Amino acid sequence: NSDGKKAGEEGSRQRERGKKAPTKDQKESENKEKKTNKKEKEGDDKQKTDRKNSTTSSSNSSDEESLSEEELAMLMEQVEQKKKLIATMRNKPWRMMKKLSVLREAQAFVEKFEGALGKGKGKKLYAYKMMMAKKWVKFKRDFDNFKTQCIPWEMKIKEVESHFGSSVASYFIFLRWMYGVNLVLFGLIFGLVIIPEILMGMPYGSMPRKTVPRAEQATAMDFSVLWDFEGYIKYSALFYGYYNNQRTIGWLKYRLPMAYFMVGISVFGYSLMVVIRSMARNANESTADGDDDNFIFSWKMFTSWDYLIGNPETADNKFASITTSFKESIVDEQESNKDENIHLRRFLRVLANVLIICCLCGSGYLIYFVVKRSQTFSKMQNVGWYERNEVEIVMSLLGMFCPPLFETIAALENYHPRIGLKWQLGRIFALFLGNLYTFLLALMDDVNEKLAEEDVVKNITHWTLISHHNSSVGNGSTATPPPLDPADVPRGPCWETTVGIEIVRLTVSDILVTYITILVGDFIRACFVRFMNYCWCWDLEAGFPSYAEFDISGNVLGLIFNQGMIWMGSFYAPGLVGINVLRLLTSMYFQCWAVMSSNVPHARVFKASKSNNFYMGLLLLILFLSLLPVAYTIMSLPPSFDCGPFSGKKRMYEVIQETIELDFPLFVAKIFSYVANPGLIIPAILLMVLAIYYLNAVAEAYQRANAELKKKMQMQREEEKNKRNNKASTNPVLQDLEDLFTPTTKSESHLKQAEDKKIDSPNRTSPAAKTRPDKAAALGGSPMTGGRGTAFTPPPHMFVTRPPAPHVWAPYPGQPRPRGYPLGPVPGRGRGQPRYSYPAQ
Amino acid sequence: MGNKQTIFTPEQLDAYQDCTFFTRKEILRLFYRYRDLAPQLVPPDYTDKPDVTLPYQLIGSMPELKDNPFRQRIAEVFSENGDGNMTLDDFLDMFSVLSEMAPRDLKAYYAFKIYDFNNDDYICKSDLEKTVNKLTRNELTPEEVRLVCEKVIYEADVDNDGKLSLEDFQHMIIRAPDFLSTFHIRI
Repeated sequence: NSDGKKAGEEGSRQRERGKKAPTKDQKESENKEKKTNKKEKEGDDKQKTDRKNSTTSSSNSSDEESLSEEELAMLMEQVEQKKKLIATMRNKPWRMMKKLSVLREAQAFVEKFEGALGKGKGKKLYAYKMMMAKKWVKFKRDFDNFKTQCIPWEMKIKEVESHFGSSVASYFIFLRWMYGVNLVLFGLIFGLVIIPEILMGMPYGSMPRKTVPRAEQATAMDFSVLWDFEGYIKYSALFYGYYNNQRTIGWLKYRLPMAYFMVGISVFGYSLMVVIRSMARNANESTADGDDDNFIFSWKMFTSWDYLIGNPETADNKFASITTSFKESIVDEQESNKDENIHLRRFLRVLANVLIICCLCGSGYLIYFVVKRSQTFSKMQNVGWYERNEVEIVMSLLGMFCPPLFETIAALENYHPRIGLKWQLGRIFALFLGNLYTFLLALMDDVNEKLAEEDVVKNITHWTLISHHNSSVGNGSTATPPPLDPADVPRGPCWETTVGIEIVRLTVSDILVTYITILVGDFIRACFVRFMNYCWCWDLEAGFPSYAEFDISGNVLGLIFNQGMIWMGSFYAPGLVGINVLRLLTSMYFQCWAVMSSNVPHARVFKASKSNNFYMGLLLLILFLSLLPVAYTIMSLPPSFDCGPFSGKKRMYEVIQETIELDFPLFVAKIFSYVANPGLIIPAILLMVLAIYYLNAVAEAYQRANAELKKKMQMQREEEKNKRNNKASTNPVLQDLEDLFTPTTKSESHLKQAEDKKIDSPNRTSPAAKTRPDKAAALGGSPMTGGRGTAFTPPPHMFVTRPPAPHVWAPYPGQPRPRGYPLGPVPGRGRGQPRYSYPAQ
Repeated sequence: MGNKQTIFTPEQLDAYQDCTFFTRKEILRLFYRYRDLAPQLVPPDYTDKPDVTLPYQLIGSMPELKDNPFRQRIAEVFSENGDGNMTLDDFLDMFSVLSEMAPRDLKAYYAFKIYDFNNDDYICKSDLEKTVNKLTRNELTPEEVRLVCEKVIYEADVDNDGKLSLEDFQHMIIRAPDFLSTFHIRI
């Protein structure tokens, strides 16, 4: 029954194949045939076994017993093959109908013979394993289904993609990825630190660090105070200072300080892991070496159309940009080295760089100045709104105005847009980084001041407590003295919370500035251009303001820096990640709306090649740079004495030592102390350095081998092409001639041919001849192969064996033919006549 | 749940998931997209595999395709008999190949077929000219087009036969940095 069905299927498959065969290309059909043969063989095997099954016509079990070892092995192999086929079915370039039928057949085969495999005890195990495998596959598929359903904003991104092409959409995909990472960080911090503290920690008002001081209580709920993250917000679980240094909290004996420390570290660990993993995946995926310039035209032709585009306007732009890029490459190709005033250009480039360095230094100094000034402001009473927010305002303004300034200056340099983009990115990066680090340095000054102040306050607190105690004792009351109200206890400055607040404020002002920039720079501008165009003296849409383009690199860099701030601040302000999650969420919707409503597609898009990993590399760098200050403060600054989970300790990391000593058995502490021994750590670091060195060397060797192979291939190609061209142009008589002149070395005959071609080509303009002058120049290192007229593709080995320039053009003995010599009868060459029968000679 | 059952049987859905890069939900979404093109032609029930073919005019008018200069070729390559009319299976096939998950080799194979306008299994000069003209909307002069085509052949033709075979094409396209990101239609 089933056999018949199978045979029918087989037949239909063959019919289908027969129908398809003429349309497929030769090679493929050959392949197919091979496959068919194999399949048929398989089918035969199958039928044989089937027949055997049916002929023995006994019970199934005895049948299986009768199978010999080899048959079993073969069957097993077939089943495995079929399984592989099922797994890779979707990768096959077949029609769906064929895929479906082959799939059904393979599944039936597996179903049927799976049970027959394995022997005795092994059989049960095998069956069990198969069952588990099946369950696993099913589970994986369900899980994948679930996972794809969880990916948000697919439709939004698609919309953007169809309007702006893949490059703008890549920003939104990056934003989405960032949102995912932040969500995990948010889960870590909220789940393990903030929520336990709120649920199980001491409530608000129970101790000084959790209470607003008496002097501030009157204004603590005012919006202007809250907006600066002072008042009640400052004394909430969002900031470091709120946490208590109690070792365990609640009935769970949750070790909060320990958890706080570990979460702080794992935030960095997780981020590092995620960034590096996605970088590795990107690198794996792209076997492409983007700077390979062998396929300029081919790539332009076959990969420049963005299949995602689904909007007529974008399509128009794309058509125009492709046309321009083709024209540009043609021009580049035709005049690869045109003369220009190199001195002027050099001067302009140096000038531009000097200007930009001045800008960078200026902005750095400005920030330092402002932060210093803000410290004096913070000591004064009743300062205005501007004075309080000066730092944030100045930093945001710098971030807003410097990049366009750089772009203007970069116009001096006149780089190719792709290179210009890289320079621009590097400069913005330097600006942001410089600003960030000046800010940090100034903050560090502040922290040191606070640390000095703290010692004084510590004594005051101490004495206040004692005097309070004494006074209540001195009153003669026998009962325990009423505890001092927590609001009245003098406080230290708590530098950790200060740092946290600074970073949170910076983040919030950055969010606001970004949104306002989008609103004003994009939306208002678009409205103005759109509606004032009816009554304006020039064309606003095509002329000066026009619509804004979406600034991909600037936005990505902004996102990356924002993330750096988050990483840096999350240790001192656990609530910061929550703010960031909100920011990313709103910015997804807001920017999507802005880009769709008020931006126009790029007229020319120059994608930085391998941009994915470029941005990821920046992210990694920022992660590392934001890890540094946090690690420094953890390792070498003493925590405040009266706030935060580590108060009372000399250093923050002591919480680990404490946990190990108190909670683990003794030998763990011992092992730990051995591991932490510098005698062990230094060799470990050395080992790692050596490993890196070795791997680096190996990678370099591979790279070199790769380049070598590439060169070899190129050479082979060129040689073959040459041979073919020569064959095409050399007529048999010339062959004879060459035979006559056999004594001359092979290379010389090559030279001669090359020369022939040279004379021949200006009129013929053969494609192969004029295509690669630059390549030939690179190989030969000689100037004579510059223009398009001097077209010849010499065999490469010639250039390897001898310096080309003098030899090629020097008249050989017996061949007195200088360049461009009008061909005539050459004495001493009886049979040379037919050589001159070239067309147009 | 019941809604799903009426369109495909679970076995059909599983088979489609084995044969494409889509999840169950995406297959259903594609089915609805397909059905929306011609609600009166496509039955809401596919359990008994009705033989329905949508004409190219409908397929080419999808917003995903309507601005693509190669839309006709895409439809032709993926249609059963090469005339651009598609069954649901062809439709799924097409978007599966163009999805994000499809591997590079599969994409390269179909890209080759798309650019091979005359179906002779080589991308020859006339194919290249057609491609350039489609990409630039005939903005280049014939001289420039010829030059570009010659350059492409020169760059990518490894075996020196004056046209690009599938191997040549794969060799070239696999190194292209933008191929995967641009040969992709999100559905």
